[in-house]
Amino acid sequence: MTDPSYKPDHAGIFLSFFYRLRGRGLKVTPQQWLTVVEGLARGLHGSSLVGFYSLARGIMVKDESELDDFDLCFAAHFEGVEAEVAALHDEVWKWLENPVPPFTIDPEWRKVLDAVDVDALRAELARRLEEQTERHDGGSHWVGTGGTSPFGHSGAHPGGIRIGGAHGAGTAVQVAAERRFQEHRKDLVLDTRQLGLALKKLRTLERVGPADELDIDDTIDRTAREGGELELVFKPPRENRLGLLLAMDVGGSMWPFKHLVDTLFSAAHQARHFKRFEHVYFHNCIYERVYGNARFSEKIPLSDLFRRFDRETRVVLVGDAYMYPGEITDRFGAIDWTERNEKPGEDYLRRIRDHFKRCAWLNPMQKESWSAPSIRLIRQVFPMYPLTVEGVGELAADLAGG
Amino acid sequence: MAQDFSRFSGTASYITSPELRHAVNVAAAIQRPLLVRGEPGTGKTLLATAVAEDLDLEMIEWNVKSTSKAADGLYVYDTVQRLQDSRFGDHDVSDIRQYIKLGPLGRALTSEHQVVLLIDEIDKADIEFPNDLLHELDVMEFTVTETGDSHSATHRPMVIITSNAEKELPDPFLRRCIFHFIEFPGEDLMTEIVRVHHPAIGDTLLEQCLAKFYWLRGVKGLRKRPSTSELVDWIGALLAAGIQPGHLATEIPFLGALVKKEEDVEAVSKAARGGATRWPGDDD
Repeated sequence: MTDPSYKPDHAGIFLSFFYRLRGRGLKVTPQQWLTVVEGLARGLHGSSLVGFYSLARGIMVKDESELDDFDLCFAAHFEGVEAEVAALHDEVWKWLENPVPPFTIDPEWRKVLDAVDVDALRAELARRLEEQTERHDGGSHWVGTGGTSPFGHSGAHPGGIRIGGAHGAGTAVQVAAERRFQEHRKDLVLDTRQLGLALKKLRTLERVGPADELDIDDTIDRTAREGGELELVFKPPRENRLGLLLAMDVGGSMWPFKHLVDTLFSAAHQARHFKRFEHVYFHNCIYERVYGNARFSEKIPLSDLFRRFDRETRVVLVGDAYMYPGEITDRFGAIDWTERNEKPGEDYLRRIRDHFKRCAWLNPMQKESWSAPSIRLIRQVFPMYPLTVEGVGELAADLAGG
Repeated sequence: MAQDFSRFSGTASYITSPELRHAVNVAAAIQRPLLVRGEPGTGKTLLATAVAEDLDLEMIEWNVKSTSKAADGLYVYDTVQRLQDSRFGDHDVSDIRQYIKLGPLGRALTSEHQVVLLIDEIDKADIEFPNDLLHELDVMEFTVTETGDSHSATHRPMVIITSNAEKELPDPFLRRCIFHFIEFPGEDLMTEIVRVHHPAIGDTLLEQCLAKFYWLRGVKGLRKRPSTSELVDWIGALLAAGIQPGHLATEIPFLGALVKKEEDVEAVSKAARGGATRWPGDDD
C-alpha cells in the first residue's frame, strides 16, 4: 500500500465486519479483504456507506446465494451508523442478527410488534409474516398445528421488510435490510431451474458401447507419428447411463408440500440427461406395492418394480416420513386397511434398499423436526436429505457414485 | 486506473441500475474481471457491448462452448494445416508463426488499444476452464511455446465474464472477480427499459402489459419464467397488431411470445382458472 491517501483506519473500522461475514459462513479471504481496503483507499466507495456496501459486495460475494447472508450481516453490523435505523427497537435488531432460534407467531411476538411504533411498518410486517406462513406451507410446516409455524434459519424473516419505513432506496442499511436476494439462498427451494442444476450432479458420463466416434486428437497424433500416413482412431461415445426412479408420498400430511414436490418433479422431468426417468406414488410407507398414479388405481407390485428397474437405477423417495411408527414397525400396520401387509413396513423398505445400488430419501420438512420417531426409523434404512437446493445437490452427489 | 472511475454510465439503448454501473467502474478501477450473473434475458451479454460503446472501445467476444479450451483462447497452432502444406511442398512450412492463430484472449492481450473482452457463458465449458485462465487474466501476458514469442498487454483489457450458473465456478477464480448479480428489473426500471425499445407505447397499455407480465412470472410451477427480452418482443407484437388496452383485461394475446413450453401454457391457463390440485405427473 504505497498510496499516500491510504490510512490504516480504513481497515480498522470495517475489520470486524469482515469477521462477521466469516462468522456467518461466507468464505471471505484476507486477499479479498485487502482488495476492499485498496478500493476504499482509492475512494471507490465515494465516501458513502451505500458506496461501501456495493464495493464490498462486489468483491466479497461470489454467488447470488450468498447475497442474502451478506445483506443480513451488513444490516446487523452497520445498524448504529445510520441514525434512522438506530432508532429501531432493539429486539428487532437482535433478531436480525440471530435468526436461528425457532420462532412462533404468538402474543409475545405481538408485543414486540407493538413496540415498533410506526403503524405502517407494523402492517407491512404483519403482511410479510402472512406471506411467510404461506411459504412455510411449502417448506416447514407441522401439519395440524394451525397458525404456529416453526421458524427456521432459512425462512423469510422480518429483516425482510424495509426497516426504517421510508420508501424507495434510501440508506445503505435500508437497502441491505430489504433482503432482496432472499430467493437466491441455497437453503430454500423456489425455482425449478435451481433444482435442475442441483440434479445435474447426478450425471455420470461413461464411454460405453461400440467405438464409433472419431477421436480426432488421437487420429492427428497417430498420423503425425506415422509421418503423415493417415491413421484413424475411434472411441466409444460418452453418455449418461443413469436412470432415475422418483417415488412420491402423496396425500395426507404431504399436501402442504405439494408445490415443493411439484417443483422437484418438474426439475427431474426437465433434466434431459437421465437415460430414463419414471415416477411412482405411495402413501406414508411402502408395502407390497407402489402405484402408477396418485389415485392409487394402478397397482405395481414390488416384484414388478424390481423387474422393470435394474440395480443401477437410482431411487429417490420423497416424503415427510412423518406417521405413526407402527406403520413402519408392525405387521398389518399400514394406514390403508386394504394394504394388509404381512410384514412390517420396514422389511419392504429394506427390500427396496437392497435391490437398488443407491437409494435416498428427500424430506420436505425442516431438519429440526427430523427427531420424530418415524423419521428416525426411516433414516435407519435410507440416507435422508432435506428437500432444498443444497439438499438435492448433496443427494445427487451421493447417488452419482458407482 | 483512478481515472477510469465513474466512466461508465449506461447508453441510450442499455438501461442499467446504479449498482451495476458502480460494479463496472469498480472492476475497471481495480482492474479485475467483472463476473455478471442473472436470470437469462436480463442483458448480461449486452452489458459488454454497452460498456464498449460507452467508453468507445473495441469489443472482442469469446463465446465459450462446452468444448472450449482455455489455451484456444490465447492461440491455436494449426498443425493439420502445416501437415497438409508439407505434403505438397508448395509452402514454406519452416516458419511456424504463420500457423499460429490468435484466439480472442490472445487478440485482446496483443491489441494496441485498450479493448473490452467479453467471455460469454464461461460456465458452459469444462470446470478446469476458468482455472486455466487465472494466470493470463492476472498478469495479462502469455508465451507461444512453439515459437517462444511472449506477448504482454500494453493496455489491460477490460474483462467482462457472464455465467448462467450451469456449473459452479472454482473458488480461486471467483475470488479474483468482481461479482455482480443482475436482479430482475422491478416495474420502474422495466418501464424505462420498455420505453427505450418502444417509445410510442401509451401509458395505459404499458401499465397493463407490465401487470400481466409480472402476474405471469408469479404463476406457480412455471418451468421457464418470461424474461425482459421476451417482454420487449411481446410488446412489439402487441403494438404491431394494434392491440387496444382493453384487450388485455380478458386475455393475453400472443401468449406464445412469453410462454414457450407446452406445460407452461397449461400452468398459465390453470392459474387463470384458479389453482391446480393434482399431484405432479399424475395425468389421469
